[in-house]
Amino acid sequence: MTINKSMVGNELTLALEGRLDTVTSPQLDEELKSSLDGVTSLILDFEKLEYISSAGLRVLLSTQKKMNSQGSMKILNTNEVVMQIFEVTGFSDILTIE
Amino acid sequence: MKELTVEATVANIDTVTDFINAELEAMDCPIKAQMQIDVAIDEIMSNIANYAYAPGTGSVTVRFEAEQEPRAAVISFIDSGTPYDPLAADDPDTTLSAEDRQIGGLGVFVVKKTMDEVGYEFKGYRNIFRIKKLI
Repeated sequence: MTINKSMVGNELTLALEGRLDTVTSPQLDEELKSSLDGVTSLILDFEKLEYISSAGLRVLLSTQKKMNSQGSMKILNTNEVVMQIFEVTGFSDILTIE
Repeated sequence: MKELTVEATVANIDTVTDFINAELEAMDCPIKAQMQIDVAIDEIMSNIANYAYAPGTGSVTVRFEAEQEPRAAVISFIDSGTPYDPLAADDPDTTLSAEDRQIGGLGVFVVKKTMDEVGYEFKGYRNIFRIKKLI
């Protein structure tokens, strides 16, 4: 998985490319742990994300909890496979998906 | 029928995924079904890698069968670790808020929701977890 990162003011955008799974989720977790300080708006762009497994959901949940206390988090451009996983797990009610 | 036996490790999830994807591509599986199967492989393989032989290690055999009428991919994951039926656990509560959410059990739940059939049996001292996806 590739993570493309851009920061404008207090808004951090991470564009993910590839698969967010058991092998790659620790990479996103590390990236978020080291870059969320002072961020009030987090945008995750999933346009080039192929799929997500529960290991990725775990990272999204902990990140959503963190952003609930320091600002907002939005997910953009989810594909059909990712959206179905958000829906069956109820994550579509927890996350802000646009 | 094709089989691949590898050490049950997280690092080998990609090896298994590549093996299955090659078979799915050979049967012209639509990309959406392929990605759903890839997610299922990640969930099942990560469970086997992390728990089946803990604290030791062992192998997993992945068997692929293509069915006709109706066309389907059937994949079995066979390990000889601790007997464990992933389907015996209750489904997670998917209506809780972010603060109250538990992540355990979500992987198997996703597999149940996205595959057309899932089955588990303990046979000959082996765990056999089987998924079927119509394509």
